[in-house]
Amino acid sequence: MLKALVIDSGKCTGCKQCEMACSYENEGEFNVSKSRIRVFDFHTEARMVPYTCTQCAEAWCQQACPVNAITTDAASGVKIVHENLCVGCKVCTIACPFGTINYNASTGKVIKCDLCQGNPACADACPTGAITFQDIEQTGFDKMRSWASVAAKGSETSGPSTPTAKH
Amino acid sequence: MGWTRKILRVNLTTGTIKTEPLNMDWAMKYLGQRGLASKYLIEEIDPKVDPLSADNKLIFATGPLTGTAASTGGRYSVITKGPLTNAIACSNSGGYWGAELKFAGWDMVIVEGKASKPVYMTIFDDVCEIHDAEPIWGTSVWKTDAWLKKQHQDPMIHVTGIGVAGENKVLYSAIVNDLHRAAGRSGVGAVMGSKNLKAIAVRGTKGVKVKDGGRFLKATATAKQVLQQNAVTGAGLPTYGTQVLMNVINEAGAMPTRNHRQVQFEGAHDISAEAMATPRKSDGKPNLLTNQACFGCTIACGRISKIDENHFTIKNKPEYWHASGGLEYEAAWALGSNTGVNDLDALTYVNFICNEQGLDPISFGATVSAAMELYDLGLITKEQTGGIELKFGSAEALVKCVELTGKAEGFGRELGLGSLRLCTKYGRPDLSMSVKGQEFPAYDGRSIQGIGLAYATSNRGACHLRGYTIASEILGIPEKTDPLETAGKPGLVKAFQDATAAVDSAGICVFTTFAWTLNDIAPQVDAACEGSWTPESMLELGERIWNMERVFNNRAGLSSKDDNLPPRLLTEAAQTGPAKGKVNGLAQMLPEYYQLRGWTADGVPTNETLSRLSV
Repeated sequence: MLKALVIDSGKCTGCKQCEMACSYENEGEFNVSKSRIRVFDFHTEARMVPYTCTQCAEAWCQQACPVNAITTDAASGVKIVHENLCVGCKVCTIACPFGTINYNASTGKVIKCDLCQGNPACADACPTGAITFQDIEQTGFDKMRSWASVAAKGSETSGPSTPTAKH
Repeated sequence: MGWTRKILRVNLTTGTIKTEPLNMDWAMKYLGQRGLASKYLIEEIDPKVDPLSADNKLIFATGPLTGTAASTGGRYSVITKGPLTNAIACSNSGGYWGAELKFAGWDMVIVEGKASKPVYMTIFDDVCEIHDAEPIWGTSVWKTDAWLKKQHQDPMIHVTGIGVAGENKVLYSAIVNDLHRAAGRSGVGAVMGSKNLKAIAVRGTKGVKVKDGGRFLKATATAKQVLQQNAVTGAGLPTYGTQVLMNVINEAGAMPTRNHRQVQFEGAHDISAEAMATPRKSDGKPNLLTNQACFGCTIACGRISKIDENHFTIKNKPEYWHASGGLEYEAAWALGSNTGVNDLDALTYVNFICNEQGLDPISFGATVSAAMELYDLGLITKEQTGGIELKFGSAEALVKCVELTGKAEGFGRELGLGSLRLCTKYGRPDLSMSVKGQEFPAYDGRSIQGIGLAYATSNRGACHLRGYTIASEILGIPEKTDPLETAGKPGLVKAFQDATAAVDSAGICVFTTFAWTLNDIAPQVDAACEGSWTPESMLELGERIWNMERVFNNRAGLSSKDDNLPPRLLTEAAQTGPAKGKVNGLAQMLPEYYQLRGWTADGVPTNETLSRLSV
């Protein structure tokens, strides 16, 4: 089963535990500037929003890379940067429409989310469930369920008064 | 490990910027933040120094857990000699700035001297520079934050600094970071203002390493579970914020009201957590929009609020038609119950202005309430207030006061002195509800005996965060004690004071101690830092810090005479609630407290005590 990170920004408190978990997993130290996931604080709107790579099926970064340093992991669908091949040209950082692949000046390579080989540290670290790791084909189901609940209530109150026969 | 082992020393008189290795002998004895920076301060300044002179120093200090995955590991403190108290000042703040300083590679920044004209500092990793602050001097904390991010073309910068209150040396001005988190108490903002230092902008891209990563992740994960499963830190604080206390404390008859004339506020519910979350009648929207965490915090007690755009405070001021830091319990009490004002949006506006101009809402609210009592007694008239009808319960008067105080205009100049100097000026120093010149926080010492002793003996003047016995006396953490009893309180106060000093020195938030004891904290410190850190050694660390601070205060000229409470708390009994008929029994507690501390009957640490703790 392919899985994806699902971000519900309504649950984010802005604590940045995801950034610390990510940097520790990938860099062996707590360093939010090297985190592959970042939380943005839209202070005046009272919104905190985590954001990271969505692992595009057809990835701009991958297609732009002139040395084929970005490959797709067949099992997980993850786009992986091979540091031994990356020449640090940064073309991928320009190509990515979402800004989620970035240059790391201390290594001269680019860094992006690779879902931690199938066990994302950010999702583990999130204390509020704002970041979860779910079946890639059902990432919308939680929202569907909550809207379904609203729709059902609507039909109960305003629907036709014919008795429902539940056989 | 834990520590970056580097200190930045900036002399604003000469403009010199130096890097020093952290004194590791001191780090092993005083850990970090409050303890370690206090050690530096005490070694480097004359205790009799004028707090607002160039000879005072201002230290911004992180702890070893700051910038790590430890829950709440984002704290920093500002340590200096305080102008409000003339005692050691240590004001603690959250937000993101402290962690950013650590990521830039620094354990602490020591600011010395005084710039000849307004300046601000940038610390971008290893590079520290001093810049001309002329374009931002006279502007608010919020404008300064936006200007610095634009000027240095980096929205990821974190800023700490002063508003106009600090520039004008209001004696309880705060240092505010990330727009609405503050090193609030004791007037640390005035010290920054006296040095002509407007702000410090920080951006860090380095990492924080720990001694034993595997053990650290395990210890922090276990400790986070403890926070999550605790009713206060796992549910009460995230849902209601510290405002969860409003109705609880009011029912305990410990809610200081109208300058402590009463101990229960009839309008408490109107300004409570529940009221913040309930849609307003005026526009159908609630005051509270969301909760927000500080860096690394898995509790997330912070409030983000928005005022009704048609409320009288902001009706024609679109610059306030947005969300920002909302009321926490201390602000709601000081600005509300203590002034008799029950208009939630008005209090939120006053809180916004406190953040924007850099004022401590506790001391500001308490000073206004003292002024209201002087007005009520006819000792201050409309002539002095510049036409303000300074009546208890007047939201309009409160709003006018906050708009004048930071700017030091009109009557605001007198309010900026704090309640003790104001009440002394009008002949009634007894009406200042303060200890060592610093105003009480939100718990009445008649109804909660232990907190009265904690206020009287606090090293930074009246304060709940130097020994939060409320946890035991009201909430039953770690075990319930009777708030009306004095017996056992000296030991309780000492235990809380010592443990808190250790928590503050680690770089984490004292609110964790609703759930954590040193048994939860020591394993995290021990996995992060060199040396051996046990619950016992951390408690001793706390006691060492407490005694070190006390020695400084004694040398600064304070004595047992200053371990006192205003006559109102000692002679005017509470009129309602569970404590009806009670006054604070300080005289029954203080001698035993000195004895337990190993101090003389005059409150001086004995040589044996100091050598036992190797102070």
